[in-house]
Amino acid sequence: MTCNPNEYGCGKYPELEPVLDKYADVRGSLITVLQKTQDLYGYIPVDAINHIGERIHVKPSKIYSVATFYAQFRLEPVGKYLIMLCKGTACHVNGTDSIEEAITEFLGIKDGETTEDGFFTLNNVACLGCCSLAPAMLVRSSEGTEAYGNLTKEKTKKILNDIKGREAKEVKI
Amino acid sequence: MKVVIGQGSCGIASGAQQTAGEFERYIKEMNIRNVTIEKTGCIGACFLEPIVDIYSAEEELEGRYVNVFPEKVEEIAKAHLICGKTADTYLISKENEEYLNLQKRVVMRNCGQINPESIDDYTKKGGYKAAEKAVKEMQPENIIDEMEASGLRGRGGAGFPVWKKWKATREQESDVKYVICNGDEGDPGAFIDRALLEGDPHNIIEGMIICAYAVGASSGIMYVRAEYPLAVERLEKALKQAEGKGFLGKNIFGSDFSFDITLRIGAGAFVCGEETALIASLEGQQGLPKIRPPYPSKRGYWKKPTNVNNIETLANVPYIIENGGALLASMGTEKSKGTKVFALAGKAKRGGLIEVPMGTTLKEIIFDIAGGIRDGGKFKAAQVGGPSGGCIPEELLHTPVDYESITATGAIIGSGGIIVMDETTCMVDMARYFLDFTAKESCGKCNYCRIGTRRMLEILERITTGTSKDGDIEMLNELAEKVQDGSMCGLGQTAPNPVITTIRYFRNEYKDHIVDRKCTAGVCKFETAQQ
Repeated sequence: MTCNPNEYGCGKYPELEPVLDKYADVRGSLITVLQKTQDLYGYIPVDAINHIGERIHVKPSKIYSVATFYAQFRLEPVGKYLIMLCKGTACHVNGTDSIEEAITEFLGIKDGETTEDGFFTLNNVACLGCCSLAPAMLVRSSEGTEAYGNLTKEKTKKILNDIKGREAKEVKI
Repeated sequence: MKVVIGQGSCGIASGAQQTAGEFERYIKEMNIRNVTIEKTGCIGACFLEPIVDIYSAEEELEGRYVNVFPEKVEEIAKAHLICGKTADTYLISKENEEYLNLQKRVVMRNCGQINPESIDDYTKKGGYKAAEKAVKEMQPENIIDEMEASGLRGRGGAGFPVWKKWKATREQESDVKYVICNGDEGDPGAFIDRALLEGDPHNIIEGMIICAYAVGASSGIMYVRAEYPLAVERLEKALKQAEGKGFLGKNIFGSDFSFDITLRIGAGAFVCGEETALIASLEGQQGLPKIRPPYPSKRGYWKKPTNVNNIETLANVPYIIENGGALLASMGTEKSKGTKVFALAGKAKRGGLIEVPMGTTLKEIIFDIAGGIRDGGKFKAAQVGGPSGGCIPEELLHTPVDYESITATGAIIGSGGIIVMDETTCMVDMARYFLDFTAKESCGKCNYCRIGTRRMLEILERITTGTSKDGDIEMLNELAEKVQDGSMCGLGQTAPNPVITTIRYFRNEYKDHIVDRKCTAGVCKFETAQQ
């Protein structure tokens, strides 16, 4: 279908067009479309919501309500490294709160925040299912996802420091 | 010879891929011939990961090595692959073997045995034979009879007889019917469905095929959590393989029965474990539950008759059809048949997945199989059933795990998560933790669930920070009752369980916090009293 060039977001998200072409007429595909959008951009830009709405015939208000209902969707960009700290029961019993403290101390960010340099975002997640490695976290970047288990405050700081060190090296080169 | 390395999520997180890489490097370097390296899913002994099994050319297990970190690889490979002797120091200990030997494997029978990414491995173990038998030789009604004979009840939490659900969907007249596999394992402490999908995905697909044939469905949906990327990856592969072999698609096994499965990834909402919320989510809506009846069997996905079953439930189906319902019915108790997989974590010595016949006592699970408390700690309680379950104290450890007995304690079997707690766990803090979870995950549709859990959480926060008021415990109990009564779905109806059970069995701890402003476990940090 054609897109009104005066509308918000039209033409701004060319990568999204194939997805929208594929799902425009598939009923009930809104969540899939939002997941693909987030895969492409790392988050769901607000003006993309308007554009998606126009293309798949769903009101933007409805899309916003769905995007904010589910824990997976983010409306803000994330850092280069996304720290997913497990807050599952086994991790809780084994002291994940102190790991969160360590991250906050070391990076100066709380749950949902991103560091000023845009490197790290901290997200608390419900359960990663690695309960035998509690407390555990995943660090996701464009290079892949690393799992870290049996964390202590010191170990966590060291992991983050190593990532920081790698980054500094890359900048120098 | 074959070197098989366990690569479920926990194996990989423990470094199994590096271990596999080391084996590969060493075998190449030393030019050892006739040795293949393969992967398998999680055998359930997470505390022993990475696990490496070495099989002889005749497929016999010669040695099971545990905690094989990359630095141990050379020694093991040298001894076993070159010299032909087991590297005894790294073999599984007798004690740890008990962990596996004391279990009864039905749904996990292939986990940690076969390569989950190979359909041939699965068919070699008799896979898809049950589906073939069902489609070619059995009438849908006979299958439902067999399910009834097995006595299998839903493993998703409520324990509803599976055959009744199937029959209800079967009896609906409709041009289109659906089968949905619920893999939204949201309990923060359960990882059974993940291990089953990662370790034996074809078993679930086969279960779904049989189910679809029995209820008369032509379309299936697998709904899996986004937090399980490896499970999704393996399932995608498995679905492609099954389609390739003609086990999915048109005219399955040369019959006039056609069935396909679509994979859908969840977007992260605990409430979507409830079947009507799950369906709403699949339709692209917010995951809000609906009043039942009408049940999905009558009016489900796109208003068509829909059968929703949990992953572990479906994992039982091929076994039942292959061996007959009576065999499953011979395991378990009078009302709870078969086995149940539990995800054991927390302070237990040996954490992981444990499959036992229904009716095994908690004591046997936690002490005999899991080895009791680690680091010499003392057992305090077991949280059974996650945020919807309850805390069971030491004096009730003789309770057998079956639906009725566990419910009588105030907990539920639910997701099958068991978190073992010792003296360093504060029970009030646990109640606060679970309420924090359910309050956040409440979808907001019912007032009591939305507001009631929030108010309960505030009270628990007061108690755990030393700012409680008189009557807080009574208020908690009153609110708990109201939230149970005033909520439409299982989330709200069971959300107060952790609070009710901790008050019932650990009232002293609440009193310590309220009266003496102290936390014996040393978990809660009290604000300094203001005069």
